[in-house]
Amino acid sequence: MSAPSLVFGWHDWLTLFVHFLMLSLMSLGGAISTTSEMQRYLVERQGWLSQAQFADSVALAQASPGPNVLFVALLGWNIGLNTGSMAAALSGVAISMIGIMLPSTVFTYQVAQWAHRNRELRAVRAFKQGMAPLVIAMLLSTAWLLASGGGKGGEHADNWPLWLLSAASCIVIWRTRLHLLWMLAAGAVLGALGLV
Amino acid sequence: MSASPLPLPPSPPASAAPAPHAEPPRPLSLTDLFVSFTLIALQGFGGVLAVIQREIVERKRWMSNEEFIEEWSVAQIMPGPNVCNLAMMIGARHFGLAGAMSALAGILAVPLVLVLCLALVYARLAAYPEVQGALRGMSAVAAGLIAATGLRMAAALGKNVLPLLVCGAIAVTGFVLLALVRVPLAAVIGLLGGLGCVLAWRGLKP
Repeated sequence: MSAPSLVFGWHDWLTLFVHFLMLSLMSLGGAISTTSEMQRYLVERQGWLSQAQFADSVALAQASPGPNVLFVALLGWNIGLNTGSMAAALSGVAISMIGIMLPSTVFTYQVAQWAHRNRELRAVRAFKQGMAPLVIAMLLSTAWLLASGGGKGGEHADNWPLWLLSAASCIVIWRTRLHLLWMLAAGAVLGALGLV
Repeated sequence: MSASPLPLPPSPPASAAPAPHAEPPRPLSLTDLFVSFTLIALQGFGGVLAVIQREIVERKRWMSNEEFIEEWSVAQIMPGPNVCNLAMMIGARHFGLAGAMSALAGILAVPLVLVLCLALVYARLAAYPEVQGALRGMSAVAAGLIAATGLRMAAALGKNVLPLLVCGAIAVTGFVLLALVRVPLAAVIGLLGGLGCVLAWRGLKP
C-alpha cells in the first residue's frame, strides 16, 4: 500500500520516457488499451508506483474532465512524488505526457492527412465504411470493461447495483438530451452514500 | 466524402432546412478551435467522446453523423488517445497543422492542470470511503456514457455500404471477442476489420 521512495537518476527518467514512447505507438484503439502493460511495467517490474497509486491515477483521470489519457500525467506525477520533490513530479508529468503523445500524434497526423487527400479513393472509403461496425464494437467493449472494473477478473464484476447504474445511465444518455453532468452527479451521490 | 447524395442533416430537430448550397458551419479561427475544444474537454467527465459527438455533430454541425463515424474510425484505429486524434483531425481539416495543434492544445491544456489539482486534493481525501464511493459511482456512469455513444453512432450504420445485418454481425462478434473472450485488439482489427473492409470494397462501385 505505501508508496515506494525512489532515487531517480537521469537514466531512469530516460528509461521511463523511452517506455512511454514505445507504448504510444502500441496504443491502438486508445491509451486505455495499454493500461495493463503500463501496470505490469511500472508497478510489477520496476516498482516505481504502488498498485494503489496506479489504480487511483486511472480512476481520478476518469472522474476528472478531459481525455482519459491524462491518467498518464498522473502516473508521471506520482513517480516524481515518489522521488521526493514537487519539481520532480512536474518533470514526471512532462516526460510521461510528451512520451505518450509525441509518436502517435506525428504518425496519426500524417496518416489522417494522407487519407483526407485521398478520400475519394475506393480503398480509403472501403476502410472507413468497413471499419464502422467494429468501431462501435470497440466502444461497447471499452464500456463493458470499465463497468466491470478493469477487465481481468474485474473488481466490480458481481457488484450488480453498479451494473444497474451503468445500464441506467447508458439508456438515459442514449435516449434523452439530459446533460451528462446530471448523470455524473447522480453517480457521485449514489456512490458517496454507499448505495452502489 | 462519398459521391452519393447525402443532403439530409443527421437528426434535425425540426430545424429550418438550410439553403441547398449554404456553406456548412465551420470553426472561425484557431482561437475558436482552441476554445471550443477546451469547453468540450471540460464537459467530458469520464471521457470526451460523448461530448465531442454532441457538440461537433448535433450542436455546431461541423460534420454529419456519417462523416463523424468515418473520422472516428480513423481516430480510433490509429495509435494514440482517440479523442486527441479526432480533435487533431478536425483542426487539421480546417486550418492545417496550426489547426491540429490548437485543437490538441485545447483538449489537453486546461484539463491537465485540473487533473493535477484534483490529484492534490484527492491525496488528502483518499481515506474517506465517501470519496472512494463517489469515484466508483462516477466511473460506472462513465461506462454507461461510452456505451450510449456507441449506440448513438450505430445510427450511422443505416447509411453504410454494408447491409445492416452484416454490420450487426460484425459488431456483435467484435464485442464478444473483445469484451468477453479478451482477444487482443490487434488480432480483432486484423480479422473483423479486415473482413469489413473487404466487404465494403466489394460493395462500393469502382
